[in-house]
Amino acid sequence: MSRDPENTRPEDRARPAGAASPRTPVVPPPPVDRRGFLFKFGLALNAVAAALFALPLIGYVVSPMRRRAWQAWIPLGQADAFPVGETRLATYRNPFTVPWDGVTADIPCWVRRISESSFQVFAVNCTHLGCPVRWFPESSLFMCPCHGGAYYEDGKRASGPPPRGLFEYEHKIENGQLVVRGGQIPTLSQQV
Amino acid sequence: MKSLFSSIGSWLDERLGLSETLAPVMGHQVPRDTASWWYVFGSATLVLFALQVVTGICLALVYAPAANEAWASLEWLNYQQPLGWFLRALHGWGSNFMVGMMTVHMIQVFLFGAWKYPRELTWLVGVFLFLCTLGMAFTGQIMRFDQDAYWGLGIGVSMLARTPLVGPYLVKLLVGGPIIGAETLSRFFALHVFVVPGLLIGLVVVHLVLVLRLGINEWPMPGRLVDRETYREKYEELVQADGVPFFPDAAKRDIVFAGVTILAVIACAAIFGPMGPNGVPDPTLIRTVPRPDFFFLSLFAAFALLPPWMETVLILTAPVVGIVALLAMPFLFGLGEKSWKARPMSVLLVVLALVILVTLTRLGITSPWSPDMDAWSADPTPVRFLEGRTPLEMRGASVLQAKQCRNCHSLGGEGGERGPALDDVATRLTRDQLIRQVIQGGGNMPAYGRNLSPAEVTALVSFLETLHPANQPPARDASRPAAGARPPA
Repeated sequence: MSRDPENTRPEDRARPAGAASPRTPVVPPPPVDRRGFLFKFGLALNAVAAALFALPLIGYVVSPMRRRAWQAWIPLGQADAFPVGETRLATYRNPFTVPWDGVTADIPCWVRRISESSFQVFAVNCTHLGCPVRWFPESSLFMCPCHGGAYYEDGKRASGPPPRGLFEYEHKIENGQLVVRGGQIPTLSQQV
Repeated sequence: MKSLFSSIGSWLDERLGLSETLAPVMGHQVPRDTASWWYVFGSATLVLFALQVVTGICLALVYAPAANEAWASLEWLNYQQPLGWFLRALHGWGSNFMVGMMTVHMIQVFLFGAWKYPRELTWLVGVFLFLCTLGMAFTGQIMRFDQDAYWGLGIGVSMLARTPLVGPYLVKLLVGGPIIGAETLSRFFALHVFVVPGLLIGLVVVHLVLVLRLGINEWPMPGRLVDRETYREKYEELVQADGVPFFPDAAKRDIVFAGVTILAVIACAAIFGPMGPNGVPDPTLIRTVPRPDFFFLSLFAAFALLPPWMETVLILTAPVVGIVALLAMPFLFGLGEKSWKARPMSVLLVVLALVILVTLTRLGITSPWSPDMDAWSADPTPVRFLEGRTPLEMRGASVLQAKQCRNCHSLGGEGGERGPALDDVATRLTRDQLIRQVIQGGGNMPAYGRNLSPAEVTALVSFLETLHPANQPPARDASRPAAGARPPA
């Protein structure tokens, strides 16, 4: 940076120490001048705008988690369609569905009819990490294809990594129909 | 013609000033040693990322990111859309290569001490780039909206749900509702094509600016210690004394390697084709065996093998601990030796990590802990286990088959590997122990007491007792005299 001193602008030239710049006013600036106020006002205005902008946005994104429980009573069909002493796969349409869910809203569950009047309805999701368990009537076991979990016919844990037995649906018989309460994905921290 | 180009070039340059800004950047001096084949993995990762952006945009032209149409549009891409299969294959193999290349880059940087003073921030940004890339791999697997994607999400949800207190909320936030469905795919689409790529581009820019500002890491020499006071001065001296321009001296290797990498992606895509989709993402089709893509197979394997009591703790803490360790590393060990030759623990750590990763991935591929669901009906009982058996023992052999013991126990090398092979079970367990094991289970075996009649148990155990090699006697209870043995005198 070796510029010809003749060609540099006056304000770029080195000044002797202590000399005041010709442009710097000698009196100190007033505490609130017009520019300073406008700048601070602009900041405040934008802070308000940012909050008004961000809050609805956050509300929009987190809206699914604001509802505590998504549960509804769902008919699974005539109770007599399930033979006594057997465990059958039943499917239902999830009640909380939108038209573009496609097949993902068809939810399976295992229905075990113990006697004329008593049922057990299990979620297919393994309690370990959620893979779909399969029923094997020959050995009376539910087996999981992911990490080898196994459950007895009454849903109790038999072996493998699952920390508990299968998730069970609340259910009742209404006008000869088997009705279950469900709607959300069952996990260790929430009901089916 | 040439003069036309050069006059356009100089017209542009007069306005853009590239020869003043870009040329010094391209031609900046780097230590001579860094013009090495060891320094090409970062640029190759960047090139792969660019490839992913281009093929990703192309796929987005056709792919329908809605839960009811996504699978059909993937099939359309594979079979109807001209070259759709090739674009899907390029994007899929590009992602495999990118994760692999980035891992190699990270290992090289780790071993060469490039994360030490003054390049701590470069490493930090790199760690986030690594996490974002893994995020792209997971969300990308969801874009391939098939059964694996559906149940892979189920696994993610089950892990997230274990978070204390906020678990259920996080699940709903992630899947966009009470259950995996339309909004889940839309959310993951937004993450995969807008949010994470945006983060990646921003972080890549910072990463590159830092590399340019701080200079590329010199070849580490044992005994040449990093000192906060002198390092930058010494680096300047090194570059002044023995530097070469980055372009073309060092960059020519990057260029060659990038070309080879792209050709490898093209070759894999053309030879192996696109990945999936497998079955329709219909949860009622439960005859499925969900498996993650290979980046997450090691994790998948770990979940099968961890003792249940430490599982939740590890799921929740291991990722945090791992990330914090990577981030804290340059602040704890940011000075001193750089060379891997003087850092045996670092080398050991890399070897250990690789051994664990490879072993778990291999186990994830074979999944020996999963029952072989079709073994009982598909695998015949080997003839040598049936020859010369009594009718009772034959009946036991059919009980073994019908009660699906072989889904977990192999016989003659065929069947599940969840439990031990039964070929020589009689040498390990006495008759009483066999009966107890069958009826009560234990040691990871379900109890069959309620499911087998006494006659079936008798037949089954009689058959199991015959399962020992001809030259090895069956196990015997030491508290009882062996058959035919003389009583002690």
